[in-house]
Amino acid sequence: MTVAESAFLIPDFAPAAAEIVVLFMACVVLVVDLFVSDRHRWITYGLCLLTLLMAAMATAMYVPRETVLTFSGTFVSDPLARVLKLFTYSVTAVVFLYSKDYLRERALFRGEYYLLGLFATLGIMVLISAHSMLTVYLGLELLSLSLYAMVAFSRDDPVAAESAMKYFILGAIASGCFLFGTSILYGVTGSLDLAEIRRAVATLDGLNIHLLFALSFILVGIGFKFGAVPFHMWVPDVYQGAPTSVTLFIGSAAKIGSLALLMRVLVEGLGGVQQSWGDMLLVLCILSMGIGNIVAIAQTNLKRMLGYSTISHVGFILMGFLVGTRQGIEAALYYTVAYVIMAAAAFGMILLLSRRGFEADELDDFRGLNARSRWFAGVMLVVMFSMAGVPPFLGFWAKLAVLGAAVDAGLTWLAVTGVIFSVIGAFYYLRIIKLMYFEEPSDTLSLGGGSDLKLVLSLNAALIVFLGVFPEGLISIFNQIVTTAP
Amino acid sequence: MDFPLLSTLIWLPIAGGILVLLVGDRQPGLTRWMALGVSLATFVASVPLFSGFDRTTAAMQFVERASWIERYSVEYFLGVDGVSMPLILLTTFVTVLVIVAGWEVIRQRPSQYFAAFLIMEGVMNGVFASLDAMLFYVFWEAMLIPMFIIIGIWGGERRVYATLKFFLYTFLGSVLMLVALIYLYMRSGSYSILALHDFPLGLREQVLIFIAFLTAFAVKVPMWPVHTWLPDAHVEAPTGGSVILAAIMLKMGGYGFLRFSLPITPDASMTLDWLVIGLSLIAIVYIGFVALVQNDMKKLIAYSSIAHMGFVTLGFFLAYAIMRRTGSLSGAAMGIEGGMVQMVSHGLISGALFLCVGVLYDRMHSRQISDYGGVANTMPKFAALMVFFAMANAGLPGTSGFVGEFLVILASFRAQPWYAFLAATTLILGAAYTLWMVKRVVFGAVANNNVAALEDLSRREALVLGVLAVSVLLLGVWPAPLLDVMGPTVDHLVELMTRSKL
Repeated sequence: MTVAESAFLIPDFAPAAAEIVVLFMACVVLVVDLFVSDRHRWITYGLCLLTLLMAAMATAMYVPRETVLTFSGTFVSDPLARVLKLFTYSVTAVVFLYSKDYLRERALFRGEYYLLGLFATLGIMVLISAHSMLTVYLGLELLSLSLYAMVAFSRDDPVAAESAMKYFILGAIASGCFLFGTSILYGVTGSLDLAEIRRAVATLDGLNIHLLFALSFILVGIGFKFGAVPFHMWVPDVYQGAPTSVTLFIGSAAKIGSLALLMRVLVEGLGGVQQSWGDMLLVLCILSMGIGNIVAIAQTNLKRMLGYSTISHVGFILMGFLVGTRQGIEAALYYTVAYVIMAAAAFGMILLLSRRGFEADELDDFRGLNARSRWFAGVMLVVMFSMAGVPPFLGFWAKLAVLGAAVDAGLTWLAVTGVIFSVIGAFYYLRIIKLMYFEEPSDTLSLGGGSDLKLVLSLNAALIVFLGVFPEGLISIFNQIVTTAP
Repeated sequence: MDFPLLSTLIWLPIAGGILVLLVGDRQPGLTRWMALGVSLATFVASVPLFSGFDRTTAAMQFVERASWIERYSVEYFLGVDGVSMPLILLTTFVTVLVIVAGWEVIRQRPSQYFAAFLIMEGVMNGVFASLDAMLFYVFWEAMLIPMFIIIGIWGGERRVYATLKFFLYTFLGSVLMLVALIYLYMRSGSYSILALHDFPLGLREQVLIFIAFLTAFAVKVPMWPVHTWLPDAHVEAPTGGSVILAAIMLKMGGYGFLRFSLPITPDASMTLDWLVIGLSLIAIVYIGFVALVQNDMKKLIAYSSIAHMGFVTLGFFLAYAIMRRTGSLSGAAMGIEGGMVQMVSHGLISGALFLCVGVLYDRMHSRQISDYGGVANTMPKFAALMVFFAMANAGLPGTSGFVGEFLVILASFRAQPWYAFLAATTLILGAAYTLWMVKRVVFGAVANNNVAALEDLSRREALVLGVLAVSVLLLGVWPAPLLDVMGPTVDHLVELMTRSKL
């Protein structure tokens, strides 16, 4: 089929139904929000949740289970996309719900947060379904631009503005690098289509200098979006500076976007030269685990600490990818999803503890939580132990999957490095538990937060326990995806 | 057996603990009785384990097996043999005593305290009953969570330091074991411990795996030089925590050697037995001297625990030396049996001694030996029991402490008289530090007004210590039931650990 012919075909819209729904609804929300008074802002909020629900239905009801390409091969719907999208909707919905009270108490409960959130979600969805470097870039920028604006969204807060500037400038550089790498890749392979690139790369030598050049630039972009060392500088500042509800979004839902970026570009497009990028990822992986865990110990701000903790978890995710086996990819996917579930709960706790005019983002704000609320101290205990990788919680199985993949690929030394760093990491998670349980509270106010927040947060923690005791379900989902992938 | 007995022993206390947690602190009376009820029920449930145990076989009994995580072939695979069964009984038994011992003493958040111990009990039973390596590891690590909380909330002044040190030390040891287990799984395709026993491995792999296991178990036992967490943890832990730590958690290290190191990496164990024996002897002799100079009662008992656990590891690893020296295996089983008896007996004796210190601490709020003197004058009943336990700790014949030490020393004679010579110094050192402490605390004239105002044991305390005294004595004069139970298992183990896998 030549270009001229295909241009006259109407593309199959069905695979992109969810994206179309989200885009359409985002526009509707944009208009509706103009006419709603502040008192009725919940309408916007409700519409956004409805949008996510509709998108979920659109994704779930799309019948073909196998891989379908559309829009001249730039857009793909496959099992991976379906699962990741459904997961994105749920995480975004949870993020919206967690943020509601926090925003309202800060007079930030405006349509923009939710709208930008929807557009960012759309960006993630496009990234997930990307099958061409152009679509990848489109999704990436849609996501990033929405995130820049969300960070700056608390207009009067100089810290937020500063971190937004940092994020924007560094992010723009990273996007530039990625685009530059893409253009060289186009020069090397003659195509932007991921399948074409895959075929072209297969004929190339892994040490082809042009290819390596392109790879390095693309990896800079990916490393930045993931927040892997040495492209991690923005992470702690943005995590700390952004309003907590935005940090929550960046720390949870947006990570799925980074995952999709890596999956589509490196694994699907450039899987043939895994040897070449595997070694580069190895450096990022070890540095991330090391610096993330060690520097986190020195933090007194919880958001910043979780920022460094993210960096260390990214190290583990990269460990799964760099081994290059199917098992490794499966483990990395599983790890990311597990991490997102835990991160959502951790930031949810900060939001729960925050009140009007008071940010509970210092470690000391968790002091004596057990005396104030045994239930939510328990929730945080579960989250922290899970992040530290202590069984029987979800985080342990994720670590096990990644370590297993590394050992299986003969990288036992890497697994040992990983576990030793995770022991170092355990220290700062334990410190939170120490503050909550072993010390007396500095204030005895009961917890704020609406009952919906409390309920969903409890469910979130329950999910971490449940998936820790019965991990089979989630593991097998990713196993299926990876074994059915080409 | 159809009834899932082992599952009951694991999940009943855990469920009970969660229930206690939900009841909360509004009705402390109800909380306590519920906790006692659950622990008693668990103990009663564990009795059939002993009565229904087939003493003629080394095979696993009360087996339960179901798939858990198919993707990684992890199974819910439980079973006990002659090594693990006594330890489960010890766990259920000691937990009841700990609950009773904490009855009125714990005023701060009692529901969380009792719940932590109940959950702990279930998890510890899980460690001993698991026959799947990953299941074992899950329980092994999960155990740290309640203990971390117990030391941290109800501990002494430096509790935070002690509990963090305890957690990180043990965590570091066990993650290396995790990598070793994953490696074994990737090679053999199974996490089943029994399958791993038969899986052939090269010497280099075995040595690395052995070292990984050794890190995990040596920290737990603890062996010199990775023992430094123990005195801190013991001193700062509340009485119940010290008891569980000394009586059960230390045993997991020893159990790990029997279940993992020796049968899975027999050739590496043979190659490196000098290392374990050397460390054990250092623990026995050097730590014995260290115990002598302690001013803090709990610290003294903690160091004495390290020395006694040195006996356990010494007994376990004697087989190879015996084989090299005499060319036969007779006596090898004796060393292991001695180590096992020592584990059970040390569980009872050190638990009892910690309870004794707890009794004093509850009255005087001091653990310093120098604050006491002449306690026998005001607390005659207590003094009698404490002296008895001290004697048992020093290895007096007729108490359980003697049986284990005697068997191990006998076995070490066969291996190398020098081992026996060094090991036997414990009879002198042990007597010295324990009896000297007793002399300074219990005997002599009443030292000060605080001691003069002491009240003797309450009925609750007397009951707990009395029950322990009876069991120590019983095991001392009639260890046959215990030895019978583990006989076939130990013989089988000796066969496994001497069969080369190369």
